[in-house]
Amino acid sequence: MYTQGLDSLGKDCLHTPAEDAAALTARFDAKVERDEKIEPKEWMPDAYRRTLVRQISQHAHSEIVGMLPEGNWITRAPTLRRKAVLIAKVQDEGGHGMYLYSAAETLGVSREELVAQLLAGTAKYSSIFNYPTLTWADIGAIGWLVDGAAIMNQIPICRCSYGPYARAMVRICREESFHQRQGFEIMMTLARGTSAQRAMAQDALNRWWWPSVMMFGPSDAQSQHTAQSMRWKIKRFTNDELRQHFIDVTVPQADFLKLTVPDPDLRWDEATQHYRCGEIDWSEFDRVVKGHGPCNRERLEARRSAHEEGRWVREAASAYAAKRRTLAAA
Amino acid sequence: MTTPDWPLFEVFIRSRSGLEHKHVGSLHAVDARMALEHARDVYTRRLEGVSIWVARSSDIAASDPLDADAFFEPARDKVYRHPTFYAIPEEVKNL
Repeated sequence: MYTQGLDSLGKDCLHTPAEDAAALTARFDAKVERDEKIEPKEWMPDAYRRTLVRQISQHAHSEIVGMLPEGNWITRAPTLRRKAVLIAKVQDEGGHGMYLYSAAETLGVSREELVAQLLAGTAKYSSIFNYPTLTWADIGAIGWLVDGAAIMNQIPICRCSYGPYARAMVRICREESFHQRQGFEIMMTLARGTSAQRAMAQDALNRWWWPSVMMFGPSDAQSQHTAQSMRWKIKRFTNDELRQHFIDVTVPQADFLKLTVPDPDLRWDEATQHYRCGEIDWSEFDRVVKGHGPCNRERLEARRSAHEEGRWVREAASAYAAKRRTLAAA
Repeated sequence: MTTPDWPLFEVFIRSRSGLEHKHVGSLHAVDARMALEHARDVYTRRLEGVSIWVARSSDIAASDPLDADAFFEPARDKVYRHPTFYAIPEEVKNL
């Protein structure tokens, strides 16, 4: 997305004389205020650029790592239909990672840098993918809850002030809705099945509910980036607003499945017309974010070995292209 | 995923015959042939296109957003290029 030449442009921006920077900032702020999109080669405050690089690359990494828990079940999907669907879903996640990496690259970072940060373990990705997929029902729960939460998070980003991110998000949201529906369908099939299948569905809900609720990030009071990101229109709703919306739409779906949300304090509040949920165990969230979740190490090792084992393919492709160029020149 | 010598390509897709190609995003590939195959896999998994163009990003020249006001200024005061500029009486038909 027009990234070439951006590196130099980005650097120029950082060395703008103070009086020009004030005028450029005012122009940028006014544009964001008018709900106009900011495009790659335009001037933008350095902090805006950094925030976007951080958010978009974390998002891209999440899509890529997100392929792993589900990929685990491709060979064991119960029917050919389920297998075909799961392969398509995992391919979509890979595609979403690609859209997002290329959106991040428009901000002047290279793909190699971003991939290197992921493999070195210095980049963050959504902690939800550090939980294991123990049974087939987990594939249902991931589609229903994890993709459900992701969609809720992502729909407002379709209106984000940064053009390439907003456009990538439109494409992603269009594709995600099948992910959530196929997950709910798996849960529905299990919930209507034998008592062992119902128990499996309930167990998956028990394990995935709280991590899904935590996917919206720390509470508003704790969130470092929310206020500024809302001013820049990168973010349109706060973490707690999105979390509340997720709980409000998901609890009735669990009721439909006749499954129990694992929160003894959950109740409908007539006055606010919202569900009130119990205390979230943020210490668990912090633990997983800091790298001590059940699968953090395994996920990174899987990415590293995929990168290493694919090296010969990349090298062969480069060599073949070089040979073709030489032959064409001859 | 990529090696540093793989250039960036911009991808343009014609969604169905009769429509123009439209920019959809970008990707890295070793050459144009691989870029076309990757573009198919990344951008048309749901039959979003009947034709794909790829172009090296470094080959695209773009106008500078900082100069946009001056660059597009010549067209700004030429409202007479629009049909609504001309007042024609109601009773005149087919004009």
